[in-house]
Amino acid sequence: MRAFSYERAASVEAAAQAAAHNPESRFIAGGTNLLDLMKLEIEKPSHLIDVNGLGLDTIESTAEGGLRIGAVVRNTDLAAHETVRRDYGVLARALVAGASGQLRNRATTAGNLLQRTRCPYFYDPNQPCNKRLPGSGCSAIGGITRQLGVVGTSEACIATHPSDMAVAMRALDAIVDTVKPGGERRSIPIADFHRLPGNTPHIETELQQGEIITSVVLPPPIGGKHIYRKVRDRASYAFALVSVAAVIQPDGTGKVAVGGVAHKPWRIEAAESELPNGARATVSILMADARPTDQNSFKVDLLERTLGAVLAGARG
Amino acid sequence: MVATATVPVTSTSAGSQTRLQSEASVVDIHCTRVAFAVNGTRQELEIDNRTTLLDALREHLHLTGTKKGCDHGQCGACTVIVDGRRINSCLTLAVMHDGDEVTTIEGLGQPGNLHQMQAAFVKHDGFQCGYCTPGQICSAVVVLEEIKANIPSHVTEDLTEQAEITTAEIRERMSGNICRCGAYSNIVDAITEVAGVRT
Amino acid sequence: MQFDKPATTNPIDQLKVVGKPIHRIDGELKTTGRATYAYEWHDPDMQYAYGYPVGAAIAKGQVISIDSSVAKQAHGVLDVLTTLDLGDLKKGKMNTARLFGGKQVQHYHQAIAVVVAETFEQARAAATLIKVEYAPEQGAFDLRSELDNATMPDPSTEPESSTGDFHAAFVVAPVTLDAEYSTPDQSHSMMEPHASIAAWKGEEVTVWTSSQMIDWWRSDLAITLGIDKEKVHLMSPFIGGGFGGKLFLRVDAVLAALAAKTVGRPVKVALPRPMMPNNTTHRPATIQRIRIGAEQDGKITAVAHESWSGDLPGGGPETAVMQTRLLYSGDNRMTAMKLATLDLPEGNAMRAPGEAPGLMALEIAMDEMAEKLGLDPIEFRIINDTQVDPEHPERPFSYRDLIGCLRLGAERFGWDKRARPATRREGSWMIGMGVATAFRNNLVMTSGARVTLDQEGIITVETDMTDIGTGSYTIIAQTAAEMMGVDIEKVAVQLGDSRFPVSAGSGGQFGANSATSGVYAACVKLRDAVASKLGFNSADAIFENGQVRVGNRSFPLSEAAGAEGLVGEDKIEWGKLAETHQQSTFGGHFVEVAVDVYTGETRIRRMLAVCAAGRVLNPITARSQVIGAMTMGAGAALSEELAVDMRRGFFVNHDLAGYEVPVHADIPHQDVIFLDETDPYSSPMKAKGVGELGLCGVSAAIANAVYNATGIRVRDYPITLDKLIGRLPEVV
Repeated sequence: MRAFSYERAASVEAAAQAAAHNPESRFIAGGTNLLDLMKLEIEKPSHLIDVNGLGLDTIESTAEGGLRIGAVVRNTDLAAHETVRRDYGVLARALVAGASGQLRNRATTAGNLLQRTRCPYFYDPNQPCNKRLPGSGCSAIGGITRQLGVVGTSEACIATHPSDMAVAMRALDAIVDTVKPGGERRSIPIADFHRLPGNTPHIETELQQGEIITSVVLPPPIGGKHIYRKVRDRASYAFALVSVAAVIQPDGTGKVAVGGVAHKPWRIEAAESELPNGARATVSILMADARPTDQNSFKVDLLERTLGAVLAGARG
Repeated sequence: MVATATVPVTSTSAGSQTRLQSEASVVDIHCTRVAFAVNGTRQELEIDNRTTLLDALREHLHLTGTKKGCDHGQCGACTVIVDGRRINSCLTLAVMHDGDEVTTIEGLGQPGNLHQMQAAFVKHDGFQCGYCTPGQICSAVVVLEEIKANIPSHVTEDLTEQAEITTAEIRERMSGNICRCGAYSNIVDAITEVAGVRT
Repeated sequence: MQFDKPATTNPIDQLKVVGKPIHRIDGELKTTGRATYAYEWHDPDMQYAYGYPVGAAIAKGQVISIDSSVAKQAHGVLDVLTTLDLGDLKKGKMNTARLFGGKQVQHYHQAIAVVVAETFEQARAAATLIKVEYAPEQGAFDLRSELDNATMPDPSTEPESSTGDFHAAFVVAPVTLDAEYSTPDQSHSMMEPHASIAAWKGEEVTVWTSSQMIDWWRSDLAITLGIDKEKVHLMSPFIGGGFGGKLFLRVDAVLAALAAKTVGRPVKVALPRPMMPNNTTHRPATIQRIRIGAEQDGKITAVAHESWSGDLPGGGPETAVMQTRLLYSGDNRMTAMKLATLDLPEGNAMRAPGEAPGLMALEIAMDEMAEKLGLDPIEFRIINDTQVDPEHPERPFSYRDLIGCLRLGAERFGWDKRARPATRREGSWMIGMGVATAFRNNLVMTSGARVTLDQEGIITVETDMTDIGTGSYTIIAQTAAEMMGVDIEKVAVQLGDSRFPVSAGSGGQFGANSATSGVYAACVKLRDAVASKLGFNSADAIFENGQVRVGNRSFPLSEAAGAEGLVGEDKIEWGKLAETHQQSTFGGHFVEVAVDVYTGETRIRRMLAVCAAGRVLNPITARSQVIGAMTMGAGAALSEELAVDMRRGFFVNHDLAGYEVPVHADIPHQDVIFLDETDPYSSPMKAKGVGELGLCGVSAAIANAVYNATGIRVRDYPITLDKLIGRLPEVV
């Protein structure tokens, strides 16, 4: 871990400014992913800006009837929040499917969105990785790929986004609110927040240098049955092979986003019109452009079957 | 300020920063003064910013009951209780805990004066090599509180109902504490006994 | 003491303390965080420095140059030692791969440097500033592609056996099976990383480390450092798990000792978790072919078990065929092992080496064969039980009640409720039961101890035996208490110090039986000393309630000790009983699984092991050994696999996130039953090992349960959902 200076930011704007001045700075809130990566010098900030004390830890209703979730609300608190449990069950379920109790007590809403991939080649600094060292090549392609992406991949990167929470937020059409260093605020639909790897897998989100997430806003509740189904080898404390976040209405329509398959929470709205026709029809659109490897082609079948289980659960 | 290699830190006023550089300017060191309570005792440290809470406890305060199993949040051996919550002390910086109350295994109970969870682990042989044990016990103590506080888990049947203390809940919630010796079955017996649940 | 005749009645048979469910005497220390592990020794008068190791970034080749100039300038850095600085250090006798020294890179993450700094943070940061130039070489990393190049391993490994005419018998057998199975590379993944602190005093070095085998480490560290063994003092009283991974000297001890010498201060070195799987040893992968031929009535007439594994040059095979030589009857048999040269990290012993992967294959084969024969798999095993070594029928088993294990297990588990494959459903769960035999030989090792009696009546046992979670402290205290007729509270046990008599150490499930026998021997000496001091005939003396009594005369032990105290020291040595009588441990594993019909996720619902392993010295710690092994077997069955990058030659998932060992949620309540037995051929304790038995066969029982649940036979471990999903029922 490189040496770094550390400051507790005084305000959101000051934090953004500080980060803008130093391109080697990082915001830290929970630190559960950042410190993990700093120990391996995959992240090498020279300056950390602690954003825990900025009042970004509240959950409140919006005027539109939705919910505003502060950027540093801990995963545990978000999952335990009465409104989330009642009206956004898919989000609560996704949160408690992730990591461990200890990690959820520290991990934050914004940090979870900004989690970096768990690709083992990204995690091993000896191995070429375009995400870690742009232009060095992708050593995962042709290597051990069972856990890696099957859709939206590129020649440069086949990593997946590891979050469960973000998959649920994608299904819920969440909005990511930010403040830029100049004080300008913007709202980024979660669909646009994460990027596909393309030729620049090291650029993972739409955030600009110094831009800070202040909250994530959920639209008003849409009812329906909320299901998050995570499939993994061991029963807990493991990343998803695939996951399905679904909100299914009594008439069989609904919204579905999937995890464990792509560089971002994966959702194709056009596929949802097929939901009443079942999992196979839906997944055939969701995975139409899938380019799996020999080792992870099972994920396409698995996704179809998992969605099948979700739809059966929604009916039952 | 330039310091020699054998003087890693210099003292500064609380909250301020010290920046030290080696003569070759290759690797800097940045220190911060931080104060928190550990097992009820106030501790003040002038500490390299890079120091995790785990290493602060083990290497600076010599409270080695908290274990380093992986240093990457993958095993739970480093679990401590901070302001009533269990966290992985390996994935948090000591400097981020100014003013916090930290409880470690040493603070829960001592030989001859065991916490009831420690006694239950001995009774049910909820450990073998003992290395994950402090983390398991710190976690177990708080897991029961989390259930009472109605924090949901992956196996909670109905999110809108009060969570219950069941073996399924305990197993899921304890899953962030790996025991390679495989004492899980006994650990669950210990926790359920403390919780007063019939298994 | 020479143990060369079956044990007769002895003081252990009183079973006042031995055999009782006594809680661990180190339990309070471990549960309160007061047990001191290797990296945790702290003497306020010592100025510790921190060493951080650097591993090779290639799998095979040479280190051309190492530039540590920048690292040496980094803040707090005291020095950097590189493998090029050292030249070729001598390799320990028990190591296959070199630990440090020289330019050759034999495997990924082999240590090439250690950075020593004032603090851990400084050492870790500076370690990344080291620039290394390599000349990589092409290596062999894929066992399957090297099968044709595999050769017969060293004869000392007994690579082949043959009885009768397997081929002739197999060809004519009315019912046959010929199947291939594979087991992956596995990682010990003990919770405490390899760690050492070294401090020199003149030419003598003390190393606080995490070692299962004090004397092996001491010898090999002395060889590696090029100093006399007497100059090395090793301390390892608490070990955070080993499972075979800490049997042999590891590089943390070497680096700590070298660095401490260089910087003139005590140095602490721990292996970072992501470096462990590739730097240290692992259980090698196997490919196994099993052929069984039987009569229609189920009697096996021909059995062959062949196994291929790989290792670095100079290494050995994974001895996966060994149990097949002994487990079931059959007149015509052959076994063979072949060894390929692979440039992966060193393969070596992991809990139940040989039997664990061997039974993973054999016990699926037995399940398959039973099905072909239309027999219940338990009955098929019982039909083929043997009371003699099938390769040497003149050699009986000392005691064998496998049938008792299987019958009792079947009754307790409700085996009669087992349905035909893929016929039992509960909602979306497919339910199945599986069974497998557990089998592991009882090994014995020479083991010494010193027992002293002081004037307070306190018995102190000193031996370099280790407690890796096995319960050594407790069973040794029980043994001494039984022998000397005192309460267990009057016994102090000191372990893991090279100044104490050399013991068996912890491995091969020989530790408990051998080490307590060594303590028994020392206690016999102490009893003699007490009797002699009091002018008694030792054979007539009764030791009980803290007193020694002959007829009406009785004295407190404390009085016999006097101010100087009394000492008994001896070691147990083993005669030829193991040659004349095959000593093994037995069990039956019963498992119920649920497989999700949609996703193929397998979850274990019930587990039972019935074990027959001689006298159980402490039912609490013995049970814990077995449930822990069952848990490890669950991982082996369902999730554990070191994934080999065949191009780059390393284990890719080299941390605890990537290598998935079981977590709490994977493991249900586990039941263990020990048959009430003693084996007088095994030792004066009449006990046998149990620490590895629990692992043997359990993974196959899980595999067989998955088959029973789904009708899908998976022969390649681990049984992950991707191996099931294409054959699961239509659901969408």
